[in-house]
Amino acid sequence: MSLWRRHAFQLLVALGLLTLILSIFLGRFPQPYWMPPTMLQENELARQLVFNLRLPRLLAAVMLGMTLGGAGAVMQMIFRNPLVEPGFLGVSQGAGFGAALAIIRISNTPLVVAASAAIFALLGLLFSYALARHLRYGGWVLRLVLAGIAVSALFSAGLGILKYAADPLRQLPEITFWLLGGLWGVTWREVLYLAPIVLPALAILWLMRWRLNLLSLSDDTAFSLGVAVGRERALLLVASVTATAVVVSVAGIVGWVGLIVPHIARRLTGSDAQYALPGAMLLGGIFALVCDDLARTLFAAEIPLGIFTSLFGALGFAVLMMSNIARGRE
Amino acid sequence: MNAVPILSLADVCFAYNAQTQVLRGVSLDILPGTITAILGPNGAGKTTLLRLILGLLKPQRGTIRLNGRPQHTLSRREASRWIGLVPQSEYIPFDFSVLEFVLLGRAPYLGPLDMPREQDRAIALEALRTLGLEHLRERATPSLSGGERQLAMMARVLAQQPRLLLLDEPTAHLDLSNRDRILNVLRAQARAGVTVMFTTHDPNLAATLADYVILMRQGALLAAGTLEATLTAENLAATYGIPVRVMRVDGQLFVTS
Repeated sequence: MSLWRRHAFQLLVALGLLTLILSIFLGRFPQPYWMPPTMLQENELARQLVFNLRLPRLLAAVMLGMTLGGAGAVMQMIFRNPLVEPGFLGVSQGAGFGAALAIIRISNTPLVVAASAAIFALLGLLFSYALARHLRYGGWVLRLVLAGIAVSALFSAGLGILKYAADPLRQLPEITFWLLGGLWGVTWREVLYLAPIVLPALAILWLMRWRLNLLSLSDDTAFSLGVAVGRERALLLVASVTATAVVVSVAGIVGWVGLIVPHIARRLTGSDAQYALPGAMLLGGIFALVCDDLARTLFAAEIPLGIFTSLFGALGFAVLMMSNIARGRE
Repeated sequence: MNAVPILSLADVCFAYNAQTQVLRGVSLDILPGTITAILGPNGAGKTTLLRLILGLLKPQRGTIRLNGRPQHTLSRREASRWIGLVPQSEYIPFDFSVLEFVLLGRAPYLGPLDMPREQDRAIALEALRTLGLEHLRERATPSLSGGERQLAMMARVLAQQPRLLLLDEPTAHLDLSNRDRILNVLRAQARAGVTVMFTTHDPNLAATLADYVILMRQGALLAAGTLEATLTAENLAATYGIPVRVMRVDGQLFVTS
């Protein structure tokens, strides 16, 4: 094991804390990009801004990134497929549909949109699960994947209808903005809504991280090694997907974090989930934090977070794949 | 028989669906520390038999006992300390290092929230040494050759330290020298008291390695017993449905069609 891999975890923790502290002073107040730290002592407005707006938003970004990165790593291993992302079981598309429905039919207040998104995200998951149970084709994993594809397509068709029917001046931009993902509406209320679901779920994933390796083996082999395959997979799946659903309901569809971060983490720490899962969580948190910093700092008008995560996720991934720096194994 | 059989099947029947009976009334006793070969044509039920012994499938009729205890009374964890499996091949989607892969064999001794301890690493390294894989410990498993992967699966099951070792076609992907390495490891395991059962399509592998032979055809035992008494031309002809010759070369049985 190389020196880098052994210390990857400590380095990522240090990098994460550093990013978090720096992020507090990044923004468009009092001038673009940077607030001098001394202002916190002198200026009441700066204090208000940091504690009531920036801090909850930063914490939400960290939870979002850790959830998508961690859940992505878990689901890629459980489904034994490195192309799976955490929202694919109808969760992301379900949330999008729910959010659009709320914006058009009920109200565009963030909490209503989030609640509707969460309900439809979980409905998407339930539909996928129910459909998978009734499919007469393939093994359990393949059936879940197929059901997830079908349910996602169904919701995305419904979303298309809603967008078509939406008022193009008021509602359509709002739907589009929501779908691109972002954390602009986040206050302590959203953090208090996320934390009780996200943190226990992340704790479960974290505690079972070595066990996760066993779940990526074939059913026969995992069984022969004493794993209660169905039960343990279900537990990790439910924890991952529930956390993803609440995160998506607050932040919209923040693309590519759950797909790419686990790959980068495995490159850095090796594939053993004992290291790769914490790696994916930390890296996801850092990545979401940096992208959100850019989203709210770069221009006077906020840019949707999902644009940055896709852009930098894809670029970073391509560079890492082409380079020899982090081969993982020599 | 004075020793308690480590594995005892009585009238075991199994069917995946109502139309096709895969195993019909299989009964057998396996003594500890022996090596048993399971021979039979494709579709005879060899792999199904292994999966039943493992507990992955439940027999519709009959009982399976491990060291006198009904198999279904053992917890998953307990059973995994008793029985280890080397599958025929295994698709590994993530590039675990060989050492990480072999460490997974320690799962039966670790709780759901545990991480492998130093002693587990030592046992895994010892298993790698036994199979001559030490130099590959940091290599990614997908980059291994078919034979090396088979050896890695073997090392994992050694790290599991089971009392009963089930192998499905253990030498299918191996060249002559690696095959020899596996045979020596299995013989050493048996000498140390581990019971070995393997399926194979190669009667000569049975002749080289096994003390006992089980011949299966269409889900039933055609013959079972010591190597010398069971691996006969008549029995093999009945098993495979073609004429078979059994010769003795340098004191060892040699089978050819």
